[in-house]
Amino acid sequence: MKKFLAFVNKEIHHIFRDKRTLLLLFCMPIVLVILFGFAITTEIQDAKIVILDKSNDPATREIKNKILSSGYFKLKRVLTSERALEQAFQEGDTKLAIVFEENFYQHLEKHNMATVQVIADATEPNTASTLTNYISAILRDYQQTRQVTGVMPLQIQTETRMLYNPRLEGAYYFVPGVITVILLLVSAMMTSVTIAREKEFGNMEILLVSPLHPIAIILGKAIPYVSIALINALTVLYIGYAIFDMPLTGNLGLLLLECLLFISTSLSLGILISTVTDTQQTALLASMLGLMMPSVLLSGFIFPIESMPTVLQWISNIIPSKWFIIISKDIMLKGAGMATIWQETLILAGTTVLLILASVAKFKIRLE
Amino acid sequence: MNHEVAIRAEGLTRKFGAFTAVDHISFSVEKGEIFGFLGANGAGKTTAIKMLCGLLQPSGGKASVGGFDIFRQTGQLRRNIGYMSQRFSLYEDLSPYENLRFYGGIYGLPRREIKPKAEAVLKKLGLWEEKDQLVSALPLGWKQKLAFSVASFHEPAIVFLDEPTSGVDPVTRRQFWHMIYEAAHQGTTIFITTHYMEEAEYCKRVSIMVSGRIQALDTPGKLKEQYQVSSMDEVFLKLTR
Repeated sequence: MKKFLAFVNKEIHHIFRDKRTLLLLFCMPIVLVILFGFAITTEIQDAKIVILDKSNDPATREIKNKILSSGYFKLKRVLTSERALEQAFQEGDTKLAIVFEENFYQHLEKHNMATVQVIADATEPNTASTLTNYISAILRDYQQTRQVTGVMPLQIQTETRMLYNPRLEGAYYFVPGVITVILLLVSAMMTSVTIAREKEFGNMEILLVSPLHPIAIILGKAIPYVSIALINALTVLYIGYAIFDMPLTGNLGLLLLECLLFISTSLSLGILISTVTDTQQTALLASMLGLMMPSVLLSGFIFPIESMPTVLQWISNIIPSKWFIIISKDIMLKGAGMATIWQETLILAGTTVLLILASVAKFKIRLE
Repeated sequence: MNHEVAIRAEGLTRKFGAFTAVDHISFSVEKGEIFGFLGANGAGKTTAIKMLCGLLQPSGGKASVGGFDIFRQTGQLRRNIGYMSQRFSLYEDLSPYENLRFYGGIYGLPRREIKPKAEAVLKKLGLWEEKDQLVSALPLGWKQKLAFSVASFHEPAIVFLDEPTSGVDPVTRRQFWHMIYEAAHQGTTIFITTHYMEEAEYCKRVSIMVSGRIQALDTPGKLKEQYQVSSMDEVFLKLTR
């Protein structure tokens, strides 16, 4: 045990001596969250719109008020003719145009029906569909208020509710993803690189000649990074909570335990990588290409798994990050307990055991 | 000096696939002896050392180091040997003191013993002023002297040195050998490989390996006599050609 502590102590010295890496380790999570939070957001604010109101009556005025006070839209200008529409879109920054038909209010009163035309600039399809959805929601809302005042007869209404993320906040979506990537980065990549470093500089032989058990060497390498990874996870959670109002409906203890499980999975991946690589460079490349890329692209972090081709959906199943993202979303947003997430937990635990067995086998072969 | 055996190898063999790197070598080294293990590059020296240190499983034969079987008693074996590898083995981003403390730690030396001992070693090496500098800032010769001190810090019965002086200037090499003699004088067995034939002359006995086999084993004086030459250089050339 004392020998083991001496080893961990040395490892901590290594980490704290390398100021640049240390800075990277602790600042990267913060930078990543803020970057994802502000830059890669799915929310849209202050989209520029133009309005062509051919009737300008109490109903259209109320709808316009609702739209412009929603915070999503900003009036670029009021148009006076259909011809100006084309012109407005040509200018490039107009995202949406709203056209009210003539005699809007009268139609609504008499026939219970009136038409609003919503034209979106679909050169950015996602933005266009998000914006039209917002408008539809506002219009529905208006209809409902009219219904309450009892002017209109009963109508069947579709009511959409966005569960767990009612305001469709981007943060809800990326915080679990960022935690996943950071845990993977710190545990898998750093561990594989640091073990490869011992090999590269020839220290591994000296360590293997010493009475220290090989498993103690690996564990000693891993433990400091486990702590760093946990601190990072907490940092990301806190920033998500403090800056982006990310809720934590579930149990923090359970979430941290699951983090620890995912850290173990990542560590065993990192250890497996280090048993097959001999230099820091190859270890780094292997973890970048073999771990980071699939985790970012195929885990559902950025691209929804449901919209992937079937083959990629299958592949996504073997990526541990996918399961951890599901677990952390369930805990954070749905307040899920073990009863909901036991399957994903079991998958991660099983993967970890398999990976550890594989690296032990590999490690032994190398010693022969 | 007593004639206790420190290292004994009998028919030690290691194959890598069809290639036999070490081919039935047998020898024994006495306690406190400086044993030179010579051979051209690729003759199988490093493979042999790795087997003796328990880093590599032999394909055949028997060997014991410090009285421990290299097959079965690797645990005890490891506690009783020191190893300084061909490649550089100190941590460059730690200070000399931290390196000593670390190796003392993993060999299970008590903490209160480590500090005074490390300080004594540093003073003796003339590294006291530099004890808190990073090893990466030290000249190569000093690093090698420090690496030897690290390998023998836990007072092992046997120290394996794999080309410890390659790339080191003649003055430092001499100082290095001074340290080796001192350790041997205190009863440590030294098992050393080198490419410098004048260093072979410093050994009590040398063995010369040629393609996996030991071709000659005796004192430098007797070897020169046997091959009727005046230097170990010539003995080596005659054997390896």
